[in-house]
Amino acid sequence: MSSLLSRNSNLSLSHEQIQLLEEAPFKLESFSSQLKKLGHFPLKPTEIDILQINMGKMCNQTCRHCHVDAGPDRKEIMSLETLEQCLEIIKNNNISTVDLTGGAPEMNPHFRWFVEQLSPLGVKTIDRCNLTIITANPKYNDLPQFLAQHNVEVVSSLPHYSQNHTDRQRGNGVFEKSIKALRMLNEVGYAKEGNDLKLNLVYNPVGCFLPGNQKSLEQEFKKRLRMDFGIEFNQLFCITNMPISRYLEYLIESGNYESYMSTLVNAFNPSVVKGVMCRNTLSIGWDGYIYDCDFNQMLDLKVESSAAQHVSDFDLNLLTQRHIRLGQHCYACTAGSGSSCGGETL
Amino acid sequence: MAENYYVDSDLSKFPKITEFQKELGDKFFSWYSSVFAEGALTAREKSLIALAVSHAVQCPYCIDAYTQDTLQKGCTEEQMMEAVHVSAAIRGGASMVHGVQMMNKVKKISM
Repeated sequence: MSSLLSRNSNLSLSHEQIQLLEEAPFKLESFSSQLKKLGHFPLKPTEIDILQINMGKMCNQTCRHCHVDAGPDRKEIMSLETLEQCLEIIKNNNISTVDLTGGAPEMNPHFRWFVEQLSPLGVKTIDRCNLTIITANPKYNDLPQFLAQHNVEVVSSLPHYSQNHTDRQRGNGVFEKSIKALRMLNEVGYAKEGNDLKLNLVYNPVGCFLPGNQKSLEQEFKKRLRMDFGIEFNQLFCITNMPISRYLEYLIESGNYESYMSTLVNAFNPSVVKGVMCRNTLSIGWDGYIYDCDFNQMLDLKVESSAAQHVSDFDLNLLTQRHIRLGQHCYACTAGSGSSCGGETL
Repeated sequence: MAENYYVDSDLSKFPKITEFQKELGDKFFSWYSSVFAEGALTAREKSLIALAVSHAVQCPYCIDAYTQDTLQKGCTEEQMMEAVHVSAAIRGGASMVHGVQMMNKVKKISM
């Protein structure tokens, strides 16, 4: 498996993906019209308190469902200048949570510098760590100690407690390396009783179905990971797979695109609309452009042009008044119990 | 007459059975929902039982629905297939245990 971009796939082009989603040959009600019926259109932010920063598309893994189309061949990396601009935004705008993602954010050469700058600010810092990066190269082996030292919350994908399922989604050998990395995180105090260091896992379905009940899955994961591997973690976040990028490719190739979209639309839950993450989060791309969420970022749907579109002219007031850009992919965040980077939203 | 007795898109029309008898249909779905809620058995355990029973009653709609449901609940393929074996064992066992009845009859009517 390599990135869509390196394979010159049409799906590496955001407009091709949008066309597939918006002009599907089968008829589905538009997401915007659903919100109109509920009186939630246009969708507006509440209070912006989370800044999710995509530090680059480079990754040591090439997962089959990746919405970023990340991989070792992707060279897009956030510059020091852009990170400095992000830091100013965080300091001046009452941002309470900084969520670092990628690719593998740790592969950005300025990752540690940035975390060190955030540490004294008292903001909650999250590292969306793919786990295998910790063992991928000796220079990353001390990441658990570094993250613990700066009280960084670790959020890591582990789609199943079985090797078979995890490796099918994330690549051969990923499960074994992930278990090793989880043990290293536990060893420095993550998810240990009486310790504030948080280690949360992300579950997303290995296939074209919706996640089950988050609490039940969390209980099952805790039981199996403790029993089989002696591993502890805090919470399990269930995230619905987003029908874009490599997951969209999988849906089309497996003949499940129409049925998956129908599943998302049929599972539309009006009661989760108020809590969708784009209402309190801003997403920053590797090149400093601002998006409503990481998914809109990958579809190159920048925040609407009346708002400041780049970190160099960040204006919280304008951004708070903006209308959030919507598309058919948004159904993934409103299906069932809702889905966000922090799991269920209900 | 439809070309096929079973059409997979009919599964999503299941809730529409209330169109012909609303009161009983509503009661059925309310009871159905309670049956599968967390209780003394977990929803996950109930889903695996439902998958096994789906095979015993050989309902293609139920097999589709509970294959999806057990996967959603984090079950592995091994667990799902073990549930199907339980179903098969009971069906097979039900035939075999009647062998005793046959033996009883043979013994009664034979010299």
